[in-house]
Amino acid sequence: MAGEAQTATAYIQHHLQNMTYGKLPAGYTRADGTVLNESTWTMAHSSQEAADMGFWALHVDTLGWSIGLGLIFCFLFARAARKASVDRPTGFQSFVELVTEFIDKLVRETFPHRNTMVAPMALTIFVWVFLMNLMDLVPVDWLPMAAAKISGNDHLFFKVVPTTDPNATLGMALAVFALMIFFSIREKGALGFLKELTLHPFHTGKLFFDILLIPVNFLLEAVSLIAKPISLGLRLFGNLYAGEMIFILIAIVFGVGVLGFIGAGLLHMGWAIFHVLVIILQAFVFMVLSTVYMAMAHHRDDEHEHDQ
Amino acid sequence: MNINLTLIGQSITFLFFVWFCWKFVWPPLLGVMKEREQKIADGLADAEHAQKDLELAKRKAAEQLKEAKDQANEIIDGANKRANQILDEAKQAAQSEGDRLKIAAKAEIDQEVNRAKEQLRSRVADLSVLGAEKILAVNIDAKAHNDLIDKLAAEL
Repeated sequence: MAGEAQTATAYIQHHLQNMTYGKLPAGYTRADGTVLNESTWTMAHSSQEAADMGFWALHVDTLGWSIGLGLIFCFLFARAARKASVDRPTGFQSFVELVTEFIDKLVRETFPHRNTMVAPMALTIFVWVFLMNLMDLVPVDWLPMAAAKISGNDHLFFKVVPTTDPNATLGMALAVFALMIFFSIREKGALGFLKELTLHPFHTGKLFFDILLIPVNFLLEAVSLIAKPISLGLRLFGNLYAGEMIFILIAIVFGVGVLGFIGAGLLHMGWAIFHVLVIILQAFVFMVLSTVYMAMAHHRDDEHEHDQ
Repeated sequence: MNINLTLIGQSITFLFFVWFCWKFVWPPLLGVMKEREQKIADGLADAEHAQKDLELAKRKAAEQLKEAKDQANEIIDGANKRANQILDEAKQAAQSEGDRLKIAAKAEIDQEVNRAKEQLRSRVADLSVLGAEKILAVNIDAKAHNDLIDKLAAEL
């Protein structure tokens, strides 16, 4: 793409910027020098603008791709499920059943409680995250350039891999976290949940010491609780972001002469093959961890004591 | 890479897709798979059942065949016995008939012999009278000597 060093930086920055729609305050000086008279909802024309929009901004490309891919998943799987025949499973139905059975077996092993929602959740996560990760294998310039051509705006920001946006991965992790809290409270009651947070891991059995230990316990438990969604989201984000970054760097090498082109082609192929593993693995890890967290939310300590 | 509203949007999207999958994808899919599993299990059980039935039928057929053979043997034995019996009866009847005929023939023969004897006797009497007449050259009054002649005849 870009042969010179300064444009290479711009190229990378351009590729790492989401298409952002948000509110700019009144009196804001835009990228092209114009000053806004009043606060406006608009597309960001530069990274600075996107950053200045603050929290009240949407990444249109992230949401668009993730919703679109999710709809593809829902459509394909719902159609396969509706048309599913007992006697003669067709090609796609067999594939869907293969995936479903795999997930079902895995969830049965890791999630020993009764909850009909967890297995479908695992299936959704696995397929959806996989599809989003799969966008990483599309050469980095294809879709952004196509979008730029179609929209007629050469500087259009367009990221096609939703999982390289921390908002997407942390958003999903946040939803998993919300479900965790919800099921914890539903299964153990608010009091039970609080007890779990305050009376563990240090527990003496003597009331006085237990009260003294509450802050320590709460600190430890709260950290481990909060760490779950954050690590869940950041793990996926980190892996995919790094992968995307390498692809972008390889794409830059394409522009450096014939040797660069051949070298970059080989590199790209190697990295893509390796990345096939990564995207499946990360989707799998996200799914397994979500299932494990659900199992933790359903787990009662008194049950545990009975077991021992 | 700013954290913004996308976070919440993605959470809602996520929950929506999970809900959709939970309600519309998972139950029918698993239902079909369970049904198929059940069907296969049923099929296998049926096959086993049929196998058992077949074996039973085979055993029954063999039993029936054996029974039929036994019955046939019985019938043949009975028929043989009956044939022998009939033969025996016929033999006996023939024997008795023969015996009867023999007796009748004997009786006839005896009768015939007696008659011949009688004839012979009377002939001898006549001859002896004739002889005596000749010897004596006298007419013997047959009537007068009838007693004598009869006596003689009886002695012969």
